[in-house]
Amino acid sequence: MKNLLVHIKKYKAETVLAPLFKMLEALFELFVPLVVKQIIDTGIANEDVPYILKMCGILAVLALVGLGFSITAQFFAAKAAVGFATSLRHSLFSHIQGLSYTEIDTLGSSKLITRMTSDVNQVQNGINLTLRLLLRSPFVVFGAMIMAFTVDTKAALVFVGTIPVLSIAVFGIMLITMPLYKGVQKKLDAVLSATRQSLTGSRVLRAFCREEHEIREFTEKNSLLANAQLVAGRISALLNPLTLVLINTAIIILIYTGALRVQSGILTQGAVVALYNYMSQILVELIKLANLIISITKAFSSARRIQDVFDTKASMEYPEEGAVPDFNAPAVAFRSVSMKYAASSESSLENISFEIQKGEKIGIIGSTGSGKTTLINLIPRFYDISEGEISLFGNPIKSYSKETLSSLVSVVPQKAALFTGTIRENLLWGNKNASEEDIQKAIEISQSTSVINSKTDGLDEMIEQGGKNLSGGQKQRLTIARALLKNSPILILDDSASALDAATDLALRKAINTMENSPAVFIVSQRTSAVSSCDKILVLEDGEAVGMGTHDSLLQTNEVYREIHASLAQGGVSNG
Amino acid sequence: MAEKRKAPKGTVKKVLSFIGIYKFRILLSLICAAVSVGATLYIPLLFGNALDVIKENEDFSLEAIAEILIKTFVWITVCSVVTWIMNTVNNKITFYVSRDIRNTAFRKINILPLNYLDTHPTGDTLSRVITDVDQFADGLLMGFTQLFTGLLTILGTLGILFFLNFRIALVVLLLTPVSLFVARFIANHTFDFFKSQSLIRGKQTAIIDETLGNLKTVKAFSKEEDQLHSFDETNSALQKASLNAIFYSSLTNPATRFVNSLVYAATAFVGALAVFSGGGTLTVGLLTSVLSYANQYTKPFNEISSVAAELQNSLACAARVLELIEAEAEVQDKADAVIMEKADGNMEFRDVCFSYDKNQKLIEDFNLSVKNGQKIAIVGPTGCGKTTLINLIMRFYDVDKGGIYLDNTDIRDITRHSLRSNIGMVLQETWIKGGTVAENISIGKPDATREEIFEAAKKAHAHSFIKRLPKAYDTVLSEDGEGLSQGQKQLLCITRVMLALPEILILDEATSSIDVRTEIRIQKAFNTLMENRTSFIVAHRLSTVMGADIILVMKDGKIIEKGNHKELMEKNGFYTELFNSQFAVV
Repeated sequence: MKNLLVHIKKYKAETVLAPLFKMLEALFELFVPLVVKQIIDTGIANEDVPYILKMCGILAVLALVGLGFSITAQFFAAKAAVGFATSLRHSLFSHIQGLSYTEIDTLGSSKLITRMTSDVNQVQNGINLTLRLLLRSPFVVFGAMIMAFTVDTKAALVFVGTIPVLSIAVFGIMLITMPLYKGVQKKLDAVLSATRQSLTGSRVLRAFCREEHEIREFTEKNSLLANAQLVAGRISALLNPLTLVLINTAIIILIYTGALRVQSGILTQGAVVALYNYMSQILVELIKLANLIISITKAFSSARRIQDVFDTKASMEYPEEGAVPDFNAPAVAFRSVSMKYAASSESSLENISFEIQKGEKIGIIGSTGSGKTTLINLIPRFYDISEGEISLFGNPIKSYSKETLSSLVSVVPQKAALFTGTIRENLLWGNKNASEEDIQKAIEISQSTSVINSKTDGLDEMIEQGGKNLSGGQKQRLTIARALLKNSPILILDDSASALDAATDLALRKAINTMENSPAVFIVSQRTSAVSSCDKILVLEDGEAVGMGTHDSLLQTNEVYREIHASLAQGGVSNG
Repeated sequence: MAEKRKAPKGTVKKVLSFIGIYKFRILLSLICAAVSVGATLYIPLLFGNALDVIKENEDFSLEAIAEILIKTFVWITVCSVVTWIMNTVNNKITFYVSRDIRNTAFRKINILPLNYLDTHPTGDTLSRVITDVDQFADGLLMGFTQLFTGLLTILGTLGILFFLNFRIALVVLLLTPVSLFVARFIANHTFDFFKSQSLIRGKQTAIIDETLGNLKTVKAFSKEEDQLHSFDETNSALQKASLNAIFYSSLTNPATRFVNSLVYAATAFVGALAVFSGGGTLTVGLLTSVLSYANQYTKPFNEISSVAAELQNSLACAARVLELIEAEAEVQDKADAVIMEKADGNMEFRDVCFSYDKNQKLIEDFNLSVKNGQKIAIVGPTGCGKTTLINLIMRFYDVDKGGIYLDNTDIRDITRHSLRSNIGMVLQETWIKGGTVAENISIGKPDATREEIFEAAKKAHAHSFIKRLPKAYDTVLSEDGEGLSQGQKQLLCITRVMLALPEILILDEATSSIDVRTEIRIQKAFNTLMENRTSFIVAHRLSTVMGADIILVMKDGKIIEKGNHKELMEKNGFYTELFNSQFAVV
């Protein structure tokens, strides 16, 4: 929590000035009953019209000065809150980008997006309100009490009694209802989920004649919701009447005490009116305070969630001065590598060993969940292994700096992600300084020529968010082009041709063979046809290497490979 | 926020029909409101009277004050109790009405034609049932608690003021609109700031979405710095826009408070003069009451103006829910519809015509006769409309012309439930219900014993993966079957049908999204299931296609060829082409 407040440091002056001006405003409000007292005791008693006019003029001036202070306070509060949020968003964004894959997996991107957006807004709102009201409301409440003391000590004791009782009533009701409303929200979620299920499962539900059963279940959940709402509502419904009784009872006692004091000649009639007016000011502010506390609680839980993200530190460290790759050594060497994800109890890879030279092609094949993607994610060091050793070009993978590593390995991930901007801008992600010629070559090899030609603006066509204006196959080819532009000595294609038709896939694989820098290529696939021309093929099953060899040798010796090959699902069957 | 939405005419009337059930509660609420407002307005007057008894330098009767104060206390108690009753009754009306509406809407969802559900996005229908009902209820509650009491308070206050002193009343009446005007003025002028804030916020969210959603790609290309840079650009733009929006909108309160204070000062002036020159009706005590009225007079105005906007929105939301509730339900079962206990499984399509869009012909004069136990494979390229046949057999949609006959009875003459009980369906798009594995399996046979469930799961080759789940058959699955692979979900769906064991099967074979080994298992499960049953299979697999008794070849939603493998290959038509490109060994 404290760490978040760092972001408000730049606005120290504002954070002090905002509540200060708010208090000044309140102070001027507190003078009003005193002025009214003067009007009654002096003005009306003496029938002094100029005096009354003067006093009412003072009321107007008090209002005007109060307005000035209030506006100043609002400005400082807004400036501090917005500035805080801006700075917080910046460091949060930067922090999230610095996390390693392991943390990204644990936190999940949709959660991170919520932290960046609605949680930060919630905190901004909380800070703004806190600066404006947190001091003002107690100030008015206690200020009214102190002013009452200046009028008459004995009558003021009524205030001393009333304030705690009122506070207990207001905050007590809030404390009781807050968890109740959380419960209501949960029940509403249940109703929501029941509705969604009946919509998404309409065919299945009807096929199994479950409509009546679903309706019964829904009605039950819906009644639970209504009942929870009623219980919470019944208690919040107490707030108004209860405070009404308390404050007015206090006024009754106050007037009676006042009457006694007037009778003994200590107080004036105007003074009793002033006390009455002070009492009325308290209630409004207490209720404001209660509402403020709800907002602040929300802001606090958002702040806590944001802090959790900050507390998650990148688990991966890179040496400052990295090793220098030896391009004569094997491009990639795995020695007895095992890998276990942070969240899982079982290893995703067990005891994997292989070597690949520059210019060689290696196929990785296996069913989903066999560990293919895990394996290739280790090569760019997206994750650190739990056992064994990985070397790239003669050096342990951990000895490379982040930059060197990034230049050595180029990955085309399964999920083709492109970013808002032109096609060219997207391709240049691979290499900022790529020449026009480089780009053309990458486009050719990745079979993207037809994609570019189909666009009116060619390379300068804008890609919409999420690449909505491109088909899956088009996106895949462009991500391949982007990876090729990096010109890395290790190229990884992680099932990156799944949306391509067989002919394009074949052309792509042929074109990759012709690449000038002859990289070490990893081809991950579920189809034997995609890997059959590789120099070696690694067959994975349940995280273990169950075979290694060429297509022909595997076909003869390897049961799993044969099974995969034989299955007709691989033959480019249509997706009905 | 929400753009102004207008509710169509007649909405109010329909809404009233939902509320009307609670008319006694409404009457009670209205009476309570009137009493509560009356008491609330009466209490300051009583305090004024009490204050008037107090006289300096004069003897006054404490008993008289005590009497007034006791009377006040009684009124306070009455007021509180009545207010509480009113609040509770209002809550009840609101929550019950929204419960009733949701129940009606949900029941409707279950009898809507599939056509409606297919053509309306799930998210939209969902927001009608959840968000719209909520907003409608909020508006309704506000309307009840604030509109009526607000109006009464305004009228009551004015009445009292005019009764006490018409000059003060005039001051209040004339000056109060200024406060409303100021509030409106600020709201109008901050609208643009809010618009630009939400515009920039949208842009920023897009960058956040894109970067955090594809963080792995960003990191793989070491583009963190660049993304941070473009993020910062929108971030500082947002800072400016937010500051404007927040600051200017936060002026509303101080500004209206200022106007109120001016009204207060003017009232004090006019009132003070009236005390000693107005003929004696206004006293110091009553002046105090008047000032407290003046202080609170603008509150109901602000409330009413926000209620008006809220009510409009609320009605618009109600209209959206009503649209769903009033959508035409599917044709009901005929009164004399047959209950088909156990079908033999002979199916016949006679001159069937069907299309989703009346302007686009789809299936025309389709004839097919299926004997009990036969296997019918449906093949065709992606998106050829293979699900259309499933829709017709299951009566998710009704044929336009002709008829489908099960054991010589038109399926429209059979109750939907008994028809569907005879057919088991496994779709490629798996659907998991939030609940335990066992509950999911027994959807088609709720009274199944554990043993039957185990048996079915074993036959469906699902037992081995289920027993490895954390709590085996009692593992609670989330709505989208989180934690299960696509193949496992499919196996669960097959187990459901395996348990219910109907006479006719409709199966959608898995495609390449499922891994090879699981697929083999699913295939085995399908084979067990199909033994001696009439089966319609959307086929992706050579063995299924070649082993089928009848193959239906579909293209662009139409059935273009029909026959067994040998006949179709001899024809050398579209099937041959399809077969060579899809099923030929690589």
